[in-house]
Amino acid sequence: MEFSGILSYVVSLAIMAGIYAIFCLGLNIQWGYTGLFNIGIAGFFCIGAYTSAMITTPMPSGIYAQYVHQIFGLNLPFIFGLLGAAIVCGIIALLIGIPTLRLGEDYLAIATLGIAETIRLIFNNEQWLANGPRGLMDMPQPFHNLVSPQNYNYIYLVITIIAMIIIYMAIEKAIRSPWGRVLRAIREDEGSASMSGKDIFNFKMQSLIFGSMVMGIGGALYAHYTKAISPSVFTPLYGTFIIWVMLMAGGSGNNKGAILGAYVIWGIWVGTKFVTDFLPYTLQSRAPYIRFLIIGILLEIILLYRPQGLMGEEKRISKLID
Amino acid sequence: MFELIVYGIVLGSIIALGAIGLTMVYRIVGFANFAHGEFMTAGAYVALFIVSILLPWIGFPDSRFVPLSFGWRMVIAFPITMGAVALLAILADKILYKKLRTKKSGAVILAMSSLGASFIIRMTILIIWGSDYIFYRPGLMRPALHLPLGIKIRPDQIFIFCAAIFLVILLHLFLKRTKMGKAMRATADNTDLALVTGIDTERIISWTWAIGGGLAAAGGVLYGIDVQLHPGMGWNFLIPIFAATILGSIGNIYGALIGGFVIGIAQQVSTAFLAPTYKLAVAFMIMIIILLVRPQGIFGKE
Repeated sequence: MEFSGILSYVVSLAIMAGIYAIFCLGLNIQWGYTGLFNIGIAGFFCIGAYTSAMITTPMPSGIYAQYVHQIFGLNLPFIFGLLGAAIVCGIIALLIGIPTLRLGEDYLAIATLGIAETIRLIFNNEQWLANGPRGLMDMPQPFHNLVSPQNYNYIYLVITIIAMIIIYMAIEKAIRSPWGRVLRAIREDEGSASMSGKDIFNFKMQSLIFGSMVMGIGGALYAHYTKAISPSVFTPLYGTFIIWVMLMAGGSGNNKGAILGAYVIWGIWVGTKFVTDFLPYTLQSRAPYIRFLIIGILLEIILLYRPQGLMGEEKRISKLID
Repeated sequence: MFELIVYGIVLGSIIALGAIGLTMVYRIVGFANFAHGEFMTAGAYVALFIVSILLPWIGFPDSRFVPLSFGWRMVIAFPITMGAVALLAILADKILYKKLRTKKSGAVILAMSSLGASFIIRMTILIIWGSDYIFYRPGLMRPALHLPLGIKIRPDQIFIFCAAIFLVILLHLFLKRTKMGKAMRATADNTDLALVTGIDTERIISWTWAIGGGLAAAGGVLYGIDVQLHPGMGWNFLIPIFAATILGSIGNIYGALIGGFVIGIAQQVSTAFLAPTYKLAVAFMIMIIILLVRPQGIFGKE
């Protein structure tokens, strides 16, 4: 492969890792700082992607209207897609938080798992909503007329990184504020946080909504990058599990760790593809399963031997106090 | 409608076998085991290995109990499968959860570890068997019996219900009559008190995994006999068995049994109004309603 080929491959890898880093940052608000066990990230991924797609594409007209069905098509600019994805994901998080956040921590896990599966079922079955299993295509890409199509990924890489940095800074600011301290207090000891007069339910809800909105933006960025989405993309494997492994690998409770984890695990995930290419032909079709098996084993090793991840939680108080 | 209720009872008995183990593990080991559905899948495929590879290989003759769809091979495979998955569950505990317990990791970390374990089991099955739908006995006509009230039911389905009830009665006798069963109930009631009275809680935990794994395996095999095998089958049972567990109050075995039937019937009856693919969402909606109305379940105390 010549140099430009390698470079464009690295760029596409960096874009996907950057999108996953945004999911990790969203999960880090929920899990890393508040201790909320959300295993339905795929649901927010899916909703974010579809919302942005439908906000930015026009309603299918003419001959297309017979083949493509979608509930609405607003044809608005890209940025409205991102905002809309965040808002809709925030509303879904509110709805899922109401029955679960007052209960034990694993109820949220089961409920988020259920909502993710249900969302995927709805998009798969309801043709009128967003074209059923065939999904939506041709989401607009911002600034696409500035460069030739084969160089467009460079622009999208910059967009992804800018989005990642803005989200990173917003979370850092929030976490260093008194609000962030309450979240960490809840994570460490709910009882004493409650005795200090903090409304646990409200703070947990805010954290769940904030994190889910970030995930919605991640989903939107994914939709406009791949320009084609269908319900089969948002599986528990690609949509939830790998993001958990990324955050645990990087270090939960550390935003830099969340980003690092996304790049490292995505690197390992892509790297194992080169290894499985050497497998005998009969095993080739099973290669993705072997790669996911490796990711699963990696999670168990991290939980057992390095639960703090690569970076561990960053100190938020004076370095002089241990 | 009556027919759908009968189908729901059949499905419910399979869900109950999963939910009983899940509820016991939840109470005694103390975390939500997200790998429980995969124990069901593992059971279905271990039995497949025994009936379609191991027993033919040692020359065990093929037979069939007409009108049922299986024969002696499955009768032999059934208990071996339950034992094998019981060992798998104990193994997962020894390799993963026991170490996390001694490190004093929280229940959420254990649940996350079980989520990892579930993916490891599913990927292993996918690597060995691939993602196709498989029958224990392909190409077999399975005619239904015609019962009163217009109910059509296959003999296999009557067997599934009876087998599930038989296993639940065995479990009931084990818990009420044996020393180990009594120790398990004591541990479920109050772990600290059980420790003080000299009950070896690590042994109790191993027994809990064995029973949970064995029952889940039985559920998986019975589902395989009723419908077919697929690597995603256990994952699709995860929400229904959690719904049944929560409905019947976490830790309550008889609650899990009733929860299983309620969820199974609701899932099958819903197919009269909704696309059958929404069965999972129906179980999920029931769970959300319970969490809103009575989060402690029907048998839970205020």
